[in-house]
Amino acid sequence: MSLLQIVLRSLRQHMLSTVITAFSIALASGLLMSVWVVKDQARANFTGVDSGFDGVFGARGSKLQLVLNSIFHLESSPGNLSWVQYERIADDRRVATAVPIAVGDNYYGYRLVGVTTNLFDVEYREGKKYAVRSGYLFNPSKKQAVVGSFAAERLKLKVGDTFHPYHGLIFEKNKQHAETYVVSGVMEQSNTPADRVIWIPIAGLQNMEGHNAETASDVSAVLVKLRGKSSGMMMNQEFNMQGDVMTFAWPIADTMSKLFNKIAPVEMVLRAVAFLVALVAAGSILASIYNSMNERRREIAILRALGARRSTIFAIVVLEASGIAALGAVAGFGVYYVIMSAAAWFIRQETGIVLNPLEFQPVMVWAPLAMLGLGALAGLVPAAKAYRTDVAENLTPIS
Amino acid sequence: MLLNIENLRKSFETPDGSVLTVVDIPAFSLDSGQQTALCGTSGSGKTTFLNLIAGILKPDGGRVELDGCPISEAGEAGRDRLRARTIGYIFQTFNLLQGYTCIENVLLGMSFGPGADRRWARELLGRVGLGQRLDHFPRQLSTGQQQRVAVARALANRPKLVLADEPTGNLDPTSAAESLGLIRETCRENGAALLLVSHDRGVLDQFDNVRDLADINRAAAWPGAGEAKP
Repeated sequence: MSLLQIVLRSLRQHMLSTVITAFSIALASGLLMSVWVVKDQARANFTGVDSGFDGVFGARGSKLQLVLNSIFHLESSPGNLSWVQYERIADDRRVATAVPIAVGDNYYGYRLVGVTTNLFDVEYREGKKYAVRSGYLFNPSKKQAVVGSFAAERLKLKVGDTFHPYHGLIFEKNKQHAETYVVSGVMEQSNTPADRVIWIPIAGLQNMEGHNAETASDVSAVLVKLRGKSSGMMMNQEFNMQGDVMTFAWPIADTMSKLFNKIAPVEMVLRAVAFLVALVAAGSILASIYNSMNERRREIAILRALGARRSTIFAIVVLEASGIAALGAVAGFGVYYVIMSAAAWFIRQETGIVLNPLEFQPVMVWAPLAMLGLGALAGLVPAAKAYRTDVAENLTPIS
Repeated sequence: MLLNIENLRKSFETPDGSVLTVVDIPAFSLDSGQQTALCGTSGSGKTTFLNLIAGILKPDGGRVELDGCPISEAGEAGRDRLRARTIGYIFQTFNLLQGYTCIENVLLGMSFGPGADRRWARELLGRVGLGQRLDHFPRQLSTGQQQRVAVARALANRPKLVLADEPTGNLDPTSAAESLGLIRETCRENGAALLLVSHDRGVLDQFDNVRDLADINRAAAWPGAGEAKP
């Protein structure tokens, strides 16, 4: 029998503890991979999403709040800009495209965003424009809506359906507006926060019944595409450093990066917890094999009596620990997939950002290998005990 | 000469700190293919003697030469290698590994020496009458059948010397006689010498060559000899 067969036989013999210990390794490996992938993909997705715009203008206040509100459709608006301010931005020679948006209403928690139709001319990703999957774009002069794919799926809205918007960004049953909107189209999935939005003509949102008539022409933000990078620097200087009327969030990715840098300590804590879980799992291999050593002393003595060297016994125990870790590392991919699927579902539900559990990440190589290494290391202590087993003392009773 | 022993000594420290000599054998030898029975009372050092020959224990002094190799002077790895290739050991309690099937137990007997040979293992188990029980676990066999597996395992590495430590001690008289016949016959068939220790008169009577440990082991005559740990 080869060493490997002896190891497999031993694992089979101690099936229950093998399975339990391998499961703890699987949890640790799956958790390690999930923490890394969620962290990396979330950062890449949040800092990579600019919806095709270079910057966002909004009322004086937090850039992060402005970006979250206008690009990710999260958070409340930091304030409004007047239509005149919007026009001034749109007419600026440094601005190639300006898209005003207005927020303030929802339908069962999904935001209604008032927008002009030039939004649909912007490439949100290279070569990709927002497009309708069924129906057609809203008519700016009618009470029509184009529903993002995710929102349509969750709200079960289809072309021709009608609905009454609700006031505010958070759904409250008693705040229903009187206006009736007709779904004119459902958008193709873009895997961006736009999938969670119900797009309506900006005038429709501005003039919704119950909204303040004095601010009816205000916009919540203006998304801009610039002519060249130097324009961004100039406008940053002009509006953020020298001016005190508007905030210009530019570049969008930088604003989001700052958010992730701020929560970096939380990421570190998560990583530390994942590492601790990995160590505890490795400890469980050590404990499980070490505890079985007493009952296995005779077995070891028999193998030695049959000619197995001390080093062979040592190798068997280390391989056994590695085998448990390997089983756990393989099962860890299953655990990872379950955790990631749940995390991806939750993040998509809350933000519209889509994480892909099946996308390759380096952690998928190093985490299982690290668990294998830790498992082998954990096997060293019981292996040393097995190595020292006295043959004659642990064989049959002497005559 | 297959086995040659000169001035072999082994002592152990007792719990009270004194030193107890268990084996003190000036000379002992065995020829290739020879079958010798060794008798002695309980605690006379029989197992210790066999363990010294097998290289499981290292002697305090003297020389054990097996098939031209000075096993007493070899390091632990060397003794392991010699045991794996040259010696078959049948234990009183068989010492089968319970988590392994019959054929796996026999395969283990050759794994550390010449290497696993499934056909040879199957043939050996067939010879001891267990050709139909290859995949049975020891707990699924009778005591006599377990002993047959132990015999097959001892011969698995095609040893030049088979050491048998009270191999019939746990068997009823009929099974013991049958088992002893089997051990002697299979050793003969495989050209292996046999050194069997027993205190059972019925077993000893079947050997032409019977040695009393008290005659060759000066320590065996001492009161309490061999009762310390091996």
